[in-house]
Amino acid sequence: MQYIPNILFAILLVVGIGYFTRNVKKLIRNIKLGKPLDRSDNSNLRWKNMINIALGQSKMVRRPIAGILHIIVYVGFIIINIEVLEIVVDGLFGTHRILSFLGGFYSFLIGSFEILALLVIVSVTIFWIRRNVVKLKRFWNKEMKGWPKEDGNLILYIETVLMVLFLTMNASDVHFQEMHAGNPISRFIADILPSNPDTLHIIERVTWWLHIAGILFFLNYLYFSKHLHILLAFPNTYYANLEPKGKFKNNETVKKEVEMMMDPSADPFAAPAEPTEEEGEPEKFGASDATDLSWVSLMNAYTCTECGRCTSVCPANQTGKELSPRAIMMKTRDRMEEIGKNIDKNGSFQDDGKQLLNDYITPEELWACTSCNACVEECPVNIDPLSIIMEMRQYLVMEQSAAPQELNLMMTNVENNGAPWQYNQMDRLNWKDED
Amino acid sequence: MNVPTMAEMMAQGKQPEVLFWVGCAGSFDDRAKKITKAFVKILNKANVEFAVLGTEESCTGDPAKRAGNEFVFQMQAMTNIEIMNAYEVKKIVTACPHCFNTIKNEYPGLGGNYEVMHHTQFLKTLLDEGKMTIEGGSYKGKRITFHDPCYLGRANEVYEAPRDLIQKLEVELVEMKRCRINGLCCGAGGAQMFKEPEKGNKDINIERTEDALEVKPEIIATGCPFCNTMMTDGVKVKEQENEIEVLDIAELIANAEEL
Repeated sequence: MQYIPNILFAILLVVGIGYFTRNVKKLIRNIKLGKPLDRSDNSNLRWKNMINIALGQSKMVRRPIAGILHIIVYVGFIIINIEVLEIVVDGLFGTHRILSFLGGFYSFLIGSFEILALLVIVSVTIFWIRRNVVKLKRFWNKEMKGWPKEDGNLILYIETVLMVLFLTMNASDVHFQEMHAGNPISRFIADILPSNPDTLHIIERVTWWLHIAGILFFLNYLYFSKHLHILLAFPNTYYANLEPKGKFKNNETVKKEVEMMMDPSADPFAAPAEPTEEEGEPEKFGASDATDLSWVSLMNAYTCTECGRCTSVCPANQTGKELSPRAIMMKTRDRMEEIGKNIDKNGSFQDDGKQLLNDYITPEELWACTSCNACVEECPVNIDPLSIIMEMRQYLVMEQSAAPQELNLMMTNVENNGAPWQYNQMDRLNWKDED
Repeated sequence: MNVPTMAEMMAQGKQPEVLFWVGCAGSFDDRAKKITKAFVKILNKANVEFAVLGTEESCTGDPAKRAGNEFVFQMQAMTNIEIMNAYEVKKIVTACPHCFNTIKNEYPGLGGNYEVMHHTQFLKTLLDEGKMTIEGGSYKGKRITFHDPCYLGRANEVYEAPRDLIQKLEVELVEMKRCRINGLCCGAGGAQMFKEPEKGNKDINIERTEDALEVKPEIIATGCPFCNTMMTDGVKVKEQENEIEVLDIAELIANAEEL
């Protein structure tokens, strides 16, 4: 009978980690539904970017208040989770504070965890005030209604609860408090707790269990939340674009066709080559559904934590247009989730009559983009909404000829007379002799 | 005005040091043509051996590509590349950040490999090499702000060359609250120049002009013909056209030198 807590703990751990692993596999499967894109080059620079941007949070502090608070919560979480190691060992083997033999060092560790925990609570409270009292504009755009808004607050609540549980667990641990070391914060909580040792023991056990259960719950919550960024920020910054931001990729299929057209030795009357089996269906130009996008774009979508910095700097959004780069990422992710669930249910994807284009993202949003790269520059984890917008514009233009009329006129001009306006190419040097 | 073409140069058996890619705006737009001429005057003053493609130049394809038409873009690109490769062009300078970006970044993948410079970078090199000098002249002491073109700034991380040139004019360079990596677009990029904006509550160029007006400049300097148009329009809407001039950096230098 005395092993029941250990067994319960082991079950909790296996279920918690097992369910999370299952969802991570789904996540990886969904990302791999994207089109191939080679980002295996230049691994030194990629590691450097990941360390600077994801681990070092270098882009977060461009907005100092949010940046510094974020670093506190982030450092707090990583460091306090060292404590989880001890909890796991204690839980599995029925020990109590197994690492306390470290003596003074142990007190130092736990003491700094406690200070960090308090700082996390303070930061999270300020975050909550920014969202709900100050009502920072970027948290109130229209894509932030419903679940995204609740999700944002829920994360703050869970973090606060976990920190309070950690501190209360320490405060109610009579033996730990008697050491009079490593309890700079919990000693004050101990003062207000009941003094009956049995009651304290119950509080200690309950908070201990709730703390570890809460951590496992939070781990599993990630997959259903924007909070997934705490994991995906790392691969996302590693695989981010290293080329100049103005460089848009050239479509290889188009390249082959244009080369053929321009080849003077090509026989214009030759029958088009039969598509070989390998080629299969002719490639679709651009993207109309999420799976037409590259795997990097899909990973971007899952990484987005909906902070809205991109949208707050978007010239189109600031001037009241429909476009919001954050919404582009959120809609792409929502569509991928829908596709993933479809596959879970049917074994393989069955046409659901929906697409990313129109059902999620409207042409009006796509045409409002100035391709200025402000959103790409701003993202703290190097998400690239612009490449999704460009892929979808390509589909609209090359598959559907659905550009705005003025753009069709511009493109016809470029094609016919080599300028976006209706001027004759032969007049291109006239400026030389004009006054 | 001495503007040799590549064809004329070739006929004389000469290879210019640099090809000046004029671009569509620089060739046809009345406002942008003034920038083109100002830049040519500086090139001539500095005795730079340059040439233009003239009637052999055609749109880089940039607006078609940003609008999503990869076919028209690649047809334009490959035609231009064929011509430039036939002339064995090595180095290109252009006063349009869109042409600059496209030729520099997107032409290599289609067979066009050149050293491409924005005119502010090129002028900075001339200055550093002592091939030209800049003095303040009529601009001395004026309050000037610089609007970063997206395709020069964020897209290609060229922030210093235009500022270095402006500072040589012995002026007071004031930065807008949104500048360099945080610069706000003028509203023309991504083929927006050629269409009406989508429904909203403000035009982007007005938002940007307000940024500029905040720092109370006498001159708004730009390095892009499209930004120039957008800012000029914005200044007019704000009825400030008598107080504030919108000028390209090439114009500032040419005017200062009374070219």
